[in-house]
Amino acid sequence: MFDRLIELWPEIVLALAQTGTMLIVSIPLAILLGTPLGILLYGIGPTGLHHRPRLHRVLDGTVNVIRSFPFLILLIAIIPITRFIVGSSIGTAAVIVPLTINAIPYFARFVEQNLSQLDGGVVEAARSMGASRGQIIRDVLLVEARPALVTSITIMTVSFISYSAMAGLVGGGGIGDFAIRYGYYRYETDIMIAAIVLLVVIVQIVQVSGSRLSRSLDKRL
Amino acid sequence: MIDIQNVSSVFDTPDGQLTAVDDVSLHVPEGSIQGIIGFSGAGKSTLLRTMNLLERPRSGRVIIDGTDLLGLDVHQLRTARHGIGMVFQHFNLLNNLTVQKNVELSLKFAGVGRTERRRAAAEALDIVDLADKAGSYPAQLSGGQKQRVGIARALATQPRVLLCDEPTSAVDPRTTASVLQYLSDVNARLGITLVIVTHEMNVIKAIADNVAVMEDGRVVERFDLTALQNPGFVPATPIGRYLITDDIELDRRPRANTVAPADAARYSRV
Repeated sequence: MFDRLIELWPEIVLALAQTGTMLIVSIPLAILLGTPLGILLYGIGPTGLHHRPRLHRVLDGTVNVIRSFPFLILLIAIIPITRFIVGSSIGTAAVIVPLTINAIPYFARFVEQNLSQLDGGVVEAARSMGASRGQIIRDVLLVEARPALVTSITIMTVSFISYSAMAGLVGGGGIGDFAIRYGYYRYETDIMIAAIVLLVVIVQIVQVSGSRLSRSLDKRL
Repeated sequence: MIDIQNVSSVFDTPDGQLTAVDDVSLHVPEGSIQGIIGFSGAGKSTLLRTMNLLERPRSGRVIIDGTDLLGLDVHQLRTARHGIGMVFQHFNLLNNLTVQKNVELSLKFAGVGRTERRRAAAEALDIVDLADKAGSYPAQLSGGQKQRVGIARALATQPRVLLCDEPTSAVDPRTTASVLQYLSDVNARLGITLVIVTHEMNVIKAIADNVAVMEDGRVVERFDLTALQNPGFVPATPIGRYLITDDIELDRRPRANTVAPADAARYSRV
């Protein structure tokens, strides 16, 4: 088994790099775009600063629709969009598009939920101090939600490590795809187990560091 | 300083409209301490919240320091609010910010630069004797200390008016005295006009110059606290009379000598 592992090592390294690329691009993009969307969902929602029932319903519905797609189907369904954005429908870059499109509403929901669970008193205090809406979001809501947001990012990253395993379908590679190709298709069970162990280690590292960061940011004691 | 004229505040609820404040007028002279007392649901907090337009009244005028707040646009209102501090029952501090940063927040919203913020916040913390807690987080403080941070935060922008919404209702009696002492000092030393909403008459007696008694959204009675020094003084309304007595009167039934038969049966099985 070890001979085989050593033989496949370059491929494992490549697979790890592919998984890493997918996450390093899609997760920050999801945070960058999902955060404003989540703030908007919260802001125009029933407990928000600027309740807009109709717009909220439309946005809420759109988010639900995207979130309903099984990732495998989304991957295929948006191939034309993928081709338009990255110029190709296969390869690692091509997987990043559906991953990001899936991750944006996923994270937006987290943001919305984390904000709506905050105590309304701090918002009221900020309003009494003459804060603008932007200041309330930046200096109050996002500050108070920070530990919860870090937890959400951690959960999202773990989920998307799992989603990225489906990248093989469009030749995106990655460690999950590696496990499927060698372990499942070629019956090299020990190689599959080795890949899964690697995934378990990665997930553990992400989860432990995420939890630790969240705890250090949380000052509620 | 504060001139409330015929203010009414109405809420839309699932059960129809609720008039929380019903045609209230109230004048608070500059530098005085005005108490507003009443039971839960009397509309006292809503009335207080109209004084910085956290609650927009349906009708009437809210004049603070000569300016009718209802005539201001969003930006002007925000500027006006920098001059009207507010203190809350549950403190409403940010858990994830240090005491120093919490106090700086009001200055930040007022557009004060970083260095000046640091200085003014330290000064405000000094007023409430919490300079040594600047680096602590709210969770590390007692209830009384949290409320003092709340007071410092409200004072940092040097407001002319301080609105206090049940400032001592979440702290124990000894802490109540300390919080009121700081509020009283703030009024005396800085000349800030205070409005204090409470359901505790002893808070009013301790600190206020004048009190307005509210019931069902209306101010039913108001008097000068010096009146209480006259032993013959009797408030005009039943609620006023009720509030100035601290006694809790119960209709106590005679105590039964034996356990009721149903209970006796239950106990015998044990």
